[in-house]
Amino acid sequence: MTDKNRETSKGTVWTYSLGFILSLALTLTAYFVVKYHISTHHAFPRDRVMLGLLASLAAAQLLAQLIFFLHLNRESRPRWNLTVFAFMAMVLIIIVGGSLWIMHNLNYHTTSEQMSKYLKDQESGGL
Amino acid sequence: MNETALSEKQLRQLEREEADSKTILGFWVYLMTDCLLFASLFATFAVLHNNTFGGPGAAELFSLSFVLAETLLLLTSSFTVGLAILLARQGRQRAVIFWLCLTFVLGAAFLGLELSEFHKLAQEGNSWRRSGFLSAFFTLVGTHGLHITAGLIWMAVMIKRVSVRGLGSVSLKRLTMLSLFWHFLDIVWIFIFTIVYLFGAVL
Repeated sequence: MTDKNRETSKGTVWTYSLGFILSLALTLTAYFVVKYHISTHHAFPRDRVMLGLLASLAAAQLLAQLIFFLHLNRESRPRWNLTVFAFMAMVLIIIVGGSLWIMHNLNYHTTSEQMSKYLKDQESGGL
Repeated sequence: MNETALSEKQLRQLEREEADSKTILGFWVYLMTDCLLFASLFATFAVLHNNTFGGPGAAELFSLSFVLAETLLLLTSSFTVGLAILLARQGRQRAVIFWLCLTFVLGAAFLGLELSEFHKLAQEGNSWRRSGFLSAFFTLVGTHGLHITAGLIWMAVMIKRVSVRGLGSVSLKRLTMLSLFWHFLDIVWIFIFTIVYLFGAVL
């Protein structure tokens, strides 16, 4: 009985197959949606909608692989793998979100005069 | 007497399993830090993706069907390494070697396609020196390619080990870590596929 429990906690041929089929379907959906989007000359769906859709498909596939390939949901307590994963996700969001936020702000607040002054200083051997 | 000897043996077995599970948790922690390395490279790419310096952008440079082929190869290899680890737990040595070899071939094919893409880009004058966008692209995708190379070397070593020494507890522990590594690389590739190639084609 314990042996059987251990087997299922690491997944079976069916969980791997289900994960594989789900991942295939999600990948192909994303690919053909983009193909269709390009064939309509970026008219339908709109670019922003497309980005949201593709991001959701990637997130769904991440979830499918975490569950069916890495078995994060079947871990026994105290769930150290999941804890480390959650901490990593937090740091990841801070790094990626923070970088994008800062660089966007920098872009937004830099005027063209500042930019041309910077380029002129660079050319005259400043710095 | 016989009973105590047996329970001592079981105790040792349990202790070893405990130690192995700690090693595997340690490897998982390494994978998560590796994920942060990729996160920084993704952030760099996201910041630089418009800085093409007058050169071509993602939509002109990349062929989507080519990248889809790469993706399918890597995805299938992630599935086959999963089958290998399942069979390893049942102690089926020959089947494990077969599925590991198949995974190796799929991974090598993926790496070959990636290198041919890099070669083509460099030939056309679109190497990492061309623009900030291409520097970020080569760093991100190249780092993933280096990980795949390391994984392939590791897999070759494991194929040799399993065929010579069989599926002992050490082999099983290392195979588990290898399969975690390989699934992890497939997950990173999903995001490269989506953010670099698909977003690039849309924007």
